[in-house]
Amino acid sequence: MTNGSESKKIWQVIAASSVGTLIEWYDFYIFGSLATVIADQFFPKANPTAALLSTLATFAAGFIVRPFGALVFGRLGDLIGRKYTFLLTLVLMGGSTFAIGLVPGYATIGFAAPLLVLLLRLLQGLALGGEYGGAATYVAEHAPANRRGYFTSWIQTTATLGLFLSLGVILITRHFLAPDLTTSIQRFNDWGWRIPFWASILLVVVSIYIRLRMNESPLFEKLKSEGKVSVNPLKESFGHKANLKMVLLALFGATMGQGVVWYTGQFYAQSFLENTCKVDFDQSRTILIWGILFATPFFVVFGGWSDKIGRKWIMLIGMLLAICTYQYIFKQFINLTAPTGKTELTGHRKDLGEKTIVSPNNKNDSLHRHRWQVHYTDGAVFEEVKVDTLFADPARAAITKSAIVYENKKLDTSTYRKLIPWIFILILYVTMVYGPIAAFLVELFPTRIRYTSMSLPYHIGNGVFGGLTPFIATLLTTINVSDKLSGLWYPIIIGAVCLVIGAVYISNRIDPNVND
Amino acid sequence: MNQLKKGLGIIWMILGPVTIYYLIKIAAEEIAKKPGIDTKIQWAVFVVIFIPIAIGIVIFGYYAFKGEYDRLPESSKEI
Repeated sequence: MTNGSESKKIWQVIAASSVGTLIEWYDFYIFGSLATVIADQFFPKANPTAALLSTLATFAAGFIVRPFGALVFGRLGDLIGRKYTFLLTLVLMGGSTFAIGLVPGYATIGFAAPLLVLLLRLLQGLALGGEYGGAATYVAEHAPANRRGYFTSWIQTTATLGLFLSLGVILITRHFLAPDLTTSIQRFNDWGWRIPFWASILLVVVSIYIRLRMNESPLFEKLKSEGKVSVNPLKESFGHKANLKMVLLALFGATMGQGVVWYTGQFYAQSFLENTCKVDFDQSRTILIWGILFATPFFVVFGGWSDKIGRKWIMLIGMLLAICTYQYIFKQFINLTAPTGKTELTGHRKDLGEKTIVSPNNKNDSLHRHRWQVHYTDGAVFEEVKVDTLFADPARAAITKSAIVYENKKLDTSTYRKLIPWIFILILYVTMVYGPIAAFLVELFPTRIRYTSMSLPYHIGNGVFGGLTPFIATLLTTINVSDKLSGLWYPIIIGAVCLVIGAVYISNRIDPNVND
Repeated sequence: MNQLKKGLGIIWMILGPVTIYYLIKIAAEEIAKKPGIDTKIQWAVFVVIFIPIAIGIVIFGYYAFKGEYDRLPESSKEI
């Protein structure tokens, strides 16, 4: 920076871009963070796995539509400018998020409920598809060449901080709807889950005000004054081999792997703790919150380093570390949360009742579930469930099939604290692959088609490959039920292919001039 | 290195159709096991979404095989 006023200006630009982007990520993530609660509200009550998958599918729908948003808004951004386009995305995101909070449940309006939610989720995905490319481009076009990675990395923090904010708002709402926790959680599950959706409208209004006061990108203004704005950004971006080959390289050599690492390290890790390890709702989220808190500064660290040593190897080493250590780290989650080796505290076992339900595997059979609350000497409290299968077939009626499973595990302090460093490591990989990527993508494409060209590979990599990670990983574990870690093969294989392509085909050269 | 890029290009061209073949195969097996509407929708979404991506990696492999990545552009004038 040559003087104080220029320094102040770039920070104003970062703040204006980041606040709005953070709000958009928050809006998008509250839905995913509440997947299990929303499943109850909007999908017919069948077996919990189907409901969860259906909700994740709706969640996934929001991700799949992101590339379309990238095309629509990327094109607008290259035609009319960055500022007004990402004002529009903010209004669309805020409006659809608020509306989700208003949709009545399935019990009230039947199938119209999930259909409305799906439509609003698609609108969220469209809006997000237009947001990121604009924000990253806007900051990069203001930043000095030798610090582009550092300044754009502040935008890179917003996705994780949006997740952090969504988890925090949800936890606070869940705990403060009644004086006692049980009633508060009940109210949250009934109607309180809507509050985080409504809350976003206030944040969106603030962000719109901030963005209205922003100036257009100077590079775009210059392009416009010279009459060099693209007349057909879509055709120029994807219809000509010279640019198309760079879009494909950005996707298969960078954003594809970055996307799976991002979602595995955060969303799938939290989902794994909650749904596979059966950790308590609150704890599975607060563990992630701590990990995010400690790891977030590293987005800026790695973004800044990439200005000195190049973007490529930081991203690829992050990918390599991730694919080599995922199996081990997630195994630690299973081991640390298992009841093995624990000693029950005598005289504290509490009978929580029993009930018989239809077996999810065979509608003719039943499952008799008897639940106890078990306290352990180390302070952990688990729900122990004895599940007896009652066969309808008279030939099998005499067979006794019992299993003991553990649910709603409230971990002891020691175990809780041991999990945080592992989550921190997963998010550290995220900061390595994600910190430099905004600058990397901006430098690949010319100004006149930058918004369009960088948005599509980013949102396919993150929206499709990354966003589907929890869904595909969960699905893989239902195919291979004996291996709880089988879901990790998806990010490992995708990451490995991306690593090879990135290592072989991408250059480590930093483009000194994006003003072209 | 350029020979490696071109050689790998053939692998990427094969990877696309192979991925789609296995995706459709697994989808058919899973739908046969659990023929509910949820299963059909979920797998249909996967197949539909990943087909254009598979086409993309075939194109990428073709460009690699033809030497398009031997030298990357260093300024926008080359794009």
